[in-house]
Amino acid sequence: MNAQPPVTDDDLHAYVDGVLALSRRPFVQAHLESHPEDAERVARYAKLREELREALAPIADEPIPAQLDLKRLVRQRMAARRRPTWRLACAAALVFAVGGASGYALHAFTQPASAGVRALAREAADSYRVHAVDPARPVEIAASDRAELVGWLAQRLQSPLAVPDLELAGYRFLGGRLVTTPHGPAALFLYGGARGDKLAVLVRPMAIEKNTRMSEHVDGALGTVAWADRGLGYSLVGAASPAVLHPLADEVRRQAGGG
Amino acid sequence: MPDMIELIAPSVPALRRYARALLRDRAGADDLVQECLTHAIDRWEQRRGQGDPRSWLFSILHNLAVSQLRQQRRRGRHLSLDDAPQHATLVRAASQEHGVQYTELLRGVAELSEEHRAVLLLVSVEDMSYAEAARILDVPIGTVMSRLSRARQTLARALDSQAPLEARRPVLRRLK
Repeated sequence: MNAQPPVTDDDLHAYVDGVLALSRRPFVQAHLESHPEDAERVARYAKLREELREALAPIADEPIPAQLDLKRLVRQRMAARRRPTWRLACAAALVFAVGGASGYALHAFTQPASAGVRALAREAADSYRVHAVDPARPVEIAASDRAELVGWLAQRLQSPLAVPDLELAGYRFLGGRLVTTPHGPAALFLYGGARGDKLAVLVRPMAIEKNTRMSEHVDGALGTVAWADRGLGYSLVGAASPAVLHPLADEVRRQAGGG
Repeated sequence: MPDMIELIAPSVPALRRYARALLRDRAGADDLVQECLTHAIDRWEQRRGQGDPRSWLFSILHNLAVSQLRQQRRRGRHLSLDDAPQHATLVRAASQEHGVQYTELLRGVAELSEEHRAVLLLVSVEDMSYAEAARILDVPIGTVMSRLSRARQTLARALDSQAPLEARRPVLRRLK
């Protein structure tokens, strides 16, 4: 017992709370025997501890009020998660109205777009212009071969991937393809609305800006919402203003687990 | 999600007890626990498979309580420390069960600072280890120890001077 460090205030509290290391216990007990004022304090604290537990125990024994019924709360949260459908449907209607109106010119912000999510937004717009309007072969692998598509793209991007589902917003998944960007390969998922309008989601690994907030970009007649989550960059693009596309992008982000 | 409900449910009574003792306000405490459970349900997927969620639930609850108390303070409600409803609920709940036995004790606890009260409750009532308490409160373990020590010292001293504590109340009231 002689190699033990001296008894501290922390030891006395740990003794009161019953968490003192067993090896130290005899040493502290010996100390208490020779220091009556500490022994008195420890006894006092132990009594307070017991009384406080007893005084508050009835609260934990009360029946749980309906307000805190977990099954009910889970149902409520599920319903709250389903609610965005509404907003998505509105957004989808607007995408068509805005995108379909010919000659609608979105004012172009002139931004340097060489890196980060800005580059990502521009890559998405460029890819959209080339592929989304292709009448014959907009995608390399169609939605019917989804597993093959995802497996291939995930392997090329060296990152797990999932196809965002925009069915509830009225956009059917058409398929996808691999596209080239200055920052390496990217996956492009394409969606078709009921009136022939198109949306695309571009996904690629991000070297530097691995987590960023969502930002809105305008590129000619195209609007883009871009962000990065845990090293993957996402960019949703369509022929509409980014404000209109934002709820759809929120949905993509939510599905990807980025809240 | 039956497994989620099974894992969270056992902590609900303790969360209610901690919230009520910390906030000293029954309805507000249950509202806070509801908010805590809602957060937990929403974030459950992010912590899947990490075992017992007890201390995780307590840290959510504690963060919510701290921001609520901060808001109240901004609105100036701390001035009403001596208002009857403030610690009355806590004291009354206990009195119904035990007569007046614990009235003074609970008044003493209600008069501790939030920081001291939180540590005392987590460690001596909710059986959190010092390390768990440190994580829940997001402070170093040394801070947990010093707050625990101060809390016990202050509480013991307040109870030793019970009569003056009673006598002090009208004086405080006059200050309002």
